[in-house]
Amino acid sequence: MDPERRLLPKTPTGIAGLDEITGGGLPSGRPTLVCGSAGCGKTLLAMEFLVRGATQYNEPGVFMAFEETVPELTANVASLGFDLETLIAQRRLALDFVFIERSEIEETGEFDLEGLFVRLGYAIDRIGAKRVVLDTIETLFAGLPSPMILRAELRRLFRLLKDKGMTAIITGERGDGLLTRQGLEEYVSDCVIVLDQRVTDLISTRRLRVVKYRGSAHGTNEYPFLIDEDGISVLPITSLGLQHPVSEERVSSGIARLDAMLGGAGYYCGSSVLVSGTAGTGKSSLAGHFAEAACRRGERVLYFAFEESASQIMRNLGSVGIALQPWVEQGLLQFRAARPTFAGLELHLTLMHKAIEQFKPRIVIVDPLNSFISAGNEAEVKAMLMRLMDFLKLSQITGFFTNLTAGGSAADHTDAAISSLIDTWLLLLAVESGGERNRVLSILKSRGMAHSNQTREFLITSDGVQLCDVYTGSGGVLTGSARLAQEAEERAQQLALRQEIERQERALERKRVVLDGQITALRLEFEAQQAETQALVERQKAREAQLARERLGMAWSRQADAPTGTGEPS
Amino acid sequence: MSTKPVPDTIPSAEAGLTGPPPQTYLLRLYVTGATAKSARAIANIKTICEEHLEGRYVLEVVDLYQQPELAQGQQIIAAPTLIKELPLPLRRIIGDMSSSERVLVGLDVRRNG
Repeated sequence: MDPERRLLPKTPTGIAGLDEITGGGLPSGRPTLVCGSAGCGKTLLAMEFLVRGATQYNEPGVFMAFEETVPELTANVASLGFDLETLIAQRRLALDFVFIERSEIEETGEFDLEGLFVRLGYAIDRIGAKRVVLDTIETLFAGLPSPMILRAELRRLFRLLKDKGMTAIITGERGDGLLTRQGLEEYVSDCVIVLDQRVTDLISTRRLRVVKYRGSAHGTNEYPFLIDEDGISVLPITSLGLQHPVSEERVSSGIARLDAMLGGAGYYCGSSVLVSGTAGTGKSSLAGHFAEAACRRGERVLYFAFEESASQIMRNLGSVGIALQPWVEQGLLQFRAARPTFAGLELHLTLMHKAIEQFKPRIVIVDPLNSFISAGNEAEVKAMLMRLMDFLKLSQITGFFTNLTAGGSAADHTDAAISSLIDTWLLLLAVESGGERNRVLSILKSRGMAHSNQTREFLITSDGVQLCDVYTGSGGVLTGSARLAQEAEERAQQLALRQEIERQERALERKRVVLDGQITALRLEFEAQQAETQALVERQKAREAQLARERLGMAWSRQADAPTGTGEPS
Repeated sequence: MSTKPVPDTIPSAEAGLTGPPPQTYLLRLYVTGATAKSARAIANIKTICEEHLEGRYVLEVVDLYQQPELAQGQQIIAAPTLIKELPLPLRRIIGDMSSSERVLVGLDVRRNG
């Protein structure tokens, strides 16, 4: 805490959330006014202030009741686990029911409230009280005459409480145009808290607001609060600002291929992950993988289901090979299934808050987010989800949310417009073509990591989710059997091409063989001609030699002169 | 009325008209210390009792400062408070008893009106 808040001493109420809003509690030694209409929890808040004081801070308290008797009060708060009788027996709490019956009282002149002061003073001194509750002191105005005297006496009463150093809660009914019917805020000026109960869409929500806190900074918003078996819980989550630490640690998505797409390591620990997609695109299966992987690592997972029961989720995920039952049995996985209409948004948030605080998970899954949205409450839903995400981030819990995108609306649009709060946003789309629907997954954004820009086909098999490359060739982006057909066609085309080449090669070879044959034939023909020609030449030569011989023989036979030549014989 | 003789002991005509037999009044006056208001209340109630309930009342004055535990038990809020414990019904009369008319109404000695 910063030093300026130290200036005003504060008394912690012990009420979950209220001390955060008020920066430490109620002003010590001063009265605080808690006002609101009937049934909004004033008495309970005041009683819890005393009980927590007595049990947690060792500060005994006096409860002065003007409306409920001691047995009534005891019974009413017993349901919250407050055991008043024991506290009274241990002298850590004093209850005093102030009974005023107008018809029994006759005013006969000047009076004061000293009797009440004596009572209060005695009760305080008897148990050494540090805290006082007056519930509801305005009843005095109905029970006693002379409002003028009462006003003066109230002023004196608050003075007395201050003098005794009591940290007090004074409750008051809400009046017309005033915080309280009798204008108590006039006297109690240090701290004023207003409680309110409103019904929106048939769902009632209690809210708390610190109207005034003199000398101290405080949250000024209306904070929803819840009354359950542990008392009051106020949700001050939005008051905390953006100061959550961030982690460098990464956590696997449970799908190796998806981890690879997310910079090779998965989501950031403590980040918020949103999976949005139309109906039946496998959002819950992704959630199931994530949960199962976390349980395998020995981490606790809290699964808030708002559309299916726990057993239905487990059966459905079991059919795709994600077995969650063993983890539930081991206590690592817890389901909280409730209809969104079961309670108001704030109540849901508070219940989730409490469940998270109790179970202390590392991963929280909300499936789906947008079932909270009904007509006209988007702003509230957004505020609620923002508070939830802030809370998760502060606690370093990885949040995994699914969002059902309505058919026809833009896929990168969330109903509650929470996309800006999300760190990693996965988009699941069903692509319809060729008479079938195929799922594709892409990463819309993932803060703080290099992530894949590729679309993957998302197959849900009996062994869980598998991611495949999609076909992104000349035929466009194809998935499913169209992708298979396209791939087959491409393979066929390649085969045909190869066959064509082979055919051509064979043709060439054949041609070569034919040419070779022709060359041989020609050569043979040439050799034949050559041989023939030579033979002719030989034959000619032989004939010429023959003729020469014959001429010589004839000449001899005719005894002719010496040969004169070769002339014809005359 | 003629059949029932009027007793001599009746302390006042007003009380006689109320009909029931005379009864002892048990009165407790709770004051807070010796303030002027306390003193006035004690003096006033004594005068009234002497005037109207002579001989059939018991008045006890309690100082709450001395016995603070009685304040809770007796449901005392205002001071001074006079509690008429008997006869029933129980009545609380607050203030300094300066209006004797109202005190008498409160004590059911005199009808209101």
